[in-house]
Amino acid sequence: MNVFDIVGPVMIGPSSSHTAGAARIGAVARALLGSQPVEARIELHGSFARTGRGHGTDKALVGGLLGFAPDDTRLRDALALAARQGMAVRIAAVDLPDAHPNTARLYLRAAGGRTLEVQGCSVGGGSIRITGMDGMEVLLTGESPTLIVVHRDEPGAIAAVTEALAGRRLNISGFRLDRQKRGGNAVMVLELDGAVGPEVTGTVRALPQVLHVTLLQPV
Amino acid sequence: MQLDYTSLAALLAAAEAAGRPLSELVLAQQAEELELPPEQVYDRMARRYGVMAESAVQGCDPALRSASGLTGGGAAKMKAAVEAGRSLTGPVLGGALTRALAVSELNAAMGRIVAAPTAGSCGILPAALLTMEQEKGCSRHACVMALFTASAVGMVIARNACLAGAQGGCQAECGSAAAMAAAAIVELAGGAPAQVGDAVAIALKNVLGLVCDPVAGLVEVPCVKRNAAGVAGAFVAAELALAGIPSAIPPDEVIAAMKKVGDAMAPALKETAEGGLAATPTACRLRRQLLGRDGGWEPRP
Repeated sequence: MNVFDIVGPVMIGPSSSHTAGAARIGAVARALLGSQPVEARIELHGSFARTGRGHGTDKALVGGLLGFAPDDTRLRDALALAARQGMAVRIAAVDLPDAHPNTARLYLRAAGGRTLEVQGCSVGGGSIRITGMDGMEVLLTGESPTLIVVHRDEPGAIAAVTEALAGRRLNISGFRLDRQKRGGNAVMVLELDGAVGPEVTGTVRALPQVLHVTLLQPV
Repeated sequence: MQLDYTSLAALLAAAEAAGRPLSELVLAQQAEELELPPEQVYDRMARRYGVMAESAVQGCDPALRSASGLTGGGAAKMKAAVEAGRSLTGPVLGGALTRALAVSELNAAMGRIVAAPTAGSCGILPAALLTMEQEKGCSRHACVMALFTASAVGMVIARNACLAGAQGGCQAECGSAAAMAAAAIVELAGGAPAQVGDAVAIALKNVLGLVCDPVAGLVEVPCVKRNAAGVAGAFVAAELALAGIPSAIPPDEVIAAMKKVGDAMAPALKETAEGGLAATPTACRLRRQLLGRDGGWEPRP
């Protein structure tokens, strides 16, 4: 905690959780997709669904998908701007058992056809947790550089990735692994210390067990 | 430098021993902690003060309205009353009320603000500092420095209690902002470190038990007017402390009491919009009008 956590962040109101946090969920989802979606189906749960309209949660999520930061005044007009940029947006309320009250689930499609399902929640003060990707459990905050590695579930995969990172003198500050089924695909989420350059994705992608790598810079 | 923000008394004793304002000690310590030159840390805070100043101007637009239509335009009315000489309390308190309403109404209308410490309480600290600059002749530099003192108070409260309405009620949100603002005002007025502590204690004591009961769950009613009350409370606390009236209960004990009161508060009174003003017949009617029976959106087909 430092002085800028107390006097800050600079943000578009009215709510750090329902507006600023929602914008960050949208921005992380855009980064995970790798481009601006052409189609976004958004489901809102709990307090996001009940009070989201008054808090601009819909605008903030879509603004994040458009690449706007939480303090960008364009968040206010994000729905109109998305329509103008050809992003089809649909929003609905949903009941997700056991989910955090401020949860959004986003089904995204990129121009190239790539699709991604992201679930995230806003946990207060603008902090967020991305808890699901394509039905697998993950945990990432978007606060530090994060590698998301989809790989085959086989012995040595974790060691190969962590050794590759150690070879680049990168320190792992957080780690989580989840898989769909034994021997199927698994996803590794590694939060890293310090600045991380894009070249690390090539190094990890070259490993035989690895199928897909995304480097998420802090949002 | 050893400053650990676990006790306000220790911070103020360090300032007293150094013969320097608390803000200078905090800036030096934060520069060390963030591994940045002090000038950069100062500049970053100065930019936040700049955003605060912009938000206090933008919020005075008479046409400003929130998405719900519940708030907006109040700051413009207060400003007009002060400028016409119709304010009962004059340009210092009247100006502070105007600025607190402006920033808070801008927040409700999806404008750009600085959370201080939260978005719901974002009008109090800017109103206090901008009023000291514009009505009492304090320099912009002194006001930026006072933000470090306010932040130190906020860090102690965050560590020993909390700053979120959902955790501690409005006392934790607007109450903490008022305590931070009171500390900043006392330092700007040349008060001693002990008087900074007295002002923090008095500001927080006067709102102990205040619940968080937002109508329809929105950061509007009663939040906007509680920001006005918050800056008024900060000036009350600073005025008493500067006159040499001490707080019988020391600030760290008041902060601990605030935590206990927050823990004892029913969940219905902690931002869930199920109790207090949010449960009044008028609030229930507004909620139905604004959100429909089930909320903002149709369920998934």
